[in-house]
Amino acid sequence: MVIALSDFDVAAIRKQFPILQQEVNGHPLVYLDNAATTQKPESVIDAIANYYRYDNSNVHRGAHALSDRATEKFEGARVQLAQFINAPAKEQLLWTRGTTEGINVVAASWGRANLSAGDRVLVSAMEHHSNIVPWQMVAEATGAIVEPIAVTAEGVIDLSALREQLDERVKMVALGHVSNALGSINPVADIIPLAHAAGAKVLIDAAQSIAHWPLDVQALDCDFLVFSGHKMFGPTGIGALYGKRELLEAMPPYQGGGEMIESVSFAGTIYNQLPYKFEAGTPNIAGAIGLAAAVSFLQSFDREAADRHEQALLRSAEQQLQALGGFPLVGTSREKTAVMSFTCDFAHPQDVGMILDQQGVAVRTGNHCAQPIMDQFGIPGTVRASFSLYNNEDDVAKLMAALAKAKMFLA
Amino acid sequence: MSEFGTEITSADIIDTLSFFDGWEERYKYIIDLGKELPELDEAYKTESFLVRGCQSQVWLVSEQRDDRLFFAADSDAFIVKGLLAVVLAAYNGKTPADIQAFDIDGYFAELNLLNHLSATRGNGLKSMVQRIQQIAAAAH
Repeated sequence: MVIALSDFDVAAIRKQFPILQQEVNGHPLVYLDNAATTQKPESVIDAIANYYRYDNSNVHRGAHALSDRATEKFEGARVQLAQFINAPAKEQLLWTRGTTEGINVVAASWGRANLSAGDRVLVSAMEHHSNIVPWQMVAEATGAIVEPIAVTAEGVIDLSALREQLDERVKMVALGHVSNALGSINPVADIIPLAHAAGAKVLIDAAQSIAHWPLDVQALDCDFLVFSGHKMFGPTGIGALYGKRELLEAMPPYQGGGEMIESVSFAGTIYNQLPYKFEAGTPNIAGAIGLAAAVSFLQSFDREAADRHEQALLRSAEQQLQALGGFPLVGTSREKTAVMSFTCDFAHPQDVGMILDQQGVAVRTGNHCAQPIMDQFGIPGTVRASFSLYNNEDDVAKLMAALAKAKMFLA
Repeated sequence: MSEFGTEITSADIIDTLSFFDGWEERYKYIIDLGKELPELDEAYKTESFLVRGCQSQVWLVSEQRDDRLFFAADSDAFIVKGLLAVVLAAYNGKTPADIQAFDIDGYFAELNLLNHLSATRGNGLKSMVQRIQQIAAAAH
């Protein structure tokens, strides 16, 4: 039977996620912590299990059938991921443990080779800590300066302030595509040419955007792009770093070990070619194969329809939240992914999160690893409900009922 | 410093919570306990008394009188403050030896609140219990 994939059928999608069919604290699970990590479809779980069941072997070196098969799948996954973000060549797609490691590779390797005292690295004021701290570490080593790009009270990057900041001492603009704490979509297509005009390189942290719409690194013209598998229905512990070839070629290796060398002697070692130069040690083979299965999952339906579905859930949830009262929205950019971040007029966000948990509703509370923007807004943190494509109106209704109870309870 | 540990004991709390079936009554009771915990003087809500937690903030002040330790604690979240009261009911006004001997995990298990002591909660409660245990160990 041939199934038309042009439509987006939430009920059918939802059935592919076994974890969603359970009860928590006596209530059907309502999982609204998708910005932290998404759940995994059957196909991803099977890909990982089947790899270990039938194909497990070390890659690139064995003289036997299993190793050939594992290598073929592992490198096939790289090709699939490279095509998924429209990278010009598969060698420009390096496996990492995730977004955090990707940023650390660029900060440590590119940063130490290219930054010197007085150079500036710009990051937005609403960055995740993982796109602040690695730059602070390289700044400490090189004398470079890490500066925030101003963000408005709505949670939008202040482009005119950025224009003022950009000058020839800015060597890197490292920017989240979407704010994890607020959901704001940053206008990276406008910012990248601005940064390039000033002579800066641009790293895009796509952790929060990769699951929502197709990315094209060539159209964006970003110098580096990083993301995590686990936020796009793939496994944890795997992610990717894309870089422009000439930059990756010039960068020194990040870690030393096996795989990343061409020849080793005590007289001197010759490093391997891309991408292996940056992939010391046995890689996360099952993770890469699982991530490729996640890409296939994302390509099995109409992604624009899925995005419209998420946006409809967000609008519905935000309207109902405002009608309920007492939970002011934080981050009101007109361009947002399906992230609803809010505080509480009568209690701490954590109180709200605990009461929701008792009712089977999973949200995240806290500063979302984005302390600077919370400090700017003068709040201890937020409650964050983040929707994915398998959420439905019933989840929104349950969230609202749970919030109404929290209000009764805590107000 | 407060009536917890003297007027309200861990046994009282175990007793009361055992009457409740649903989470709503239990949480209501815990929040009410928190309201009975005296608010910590603002002068103590500083970095040096802060117990690091990922989400809410917890402050802990201790004092030794003769052979007993007394604690005052506060949080910016209601439920955590209630849980602090539950902890102080077990520890406040006790000798260092009593504190070290007290089975806090068993206590929270009996209260069906053990998940709040897990490391993942990030509510500062586990860190506060560890801080109290360190203070007790150092007071020997």
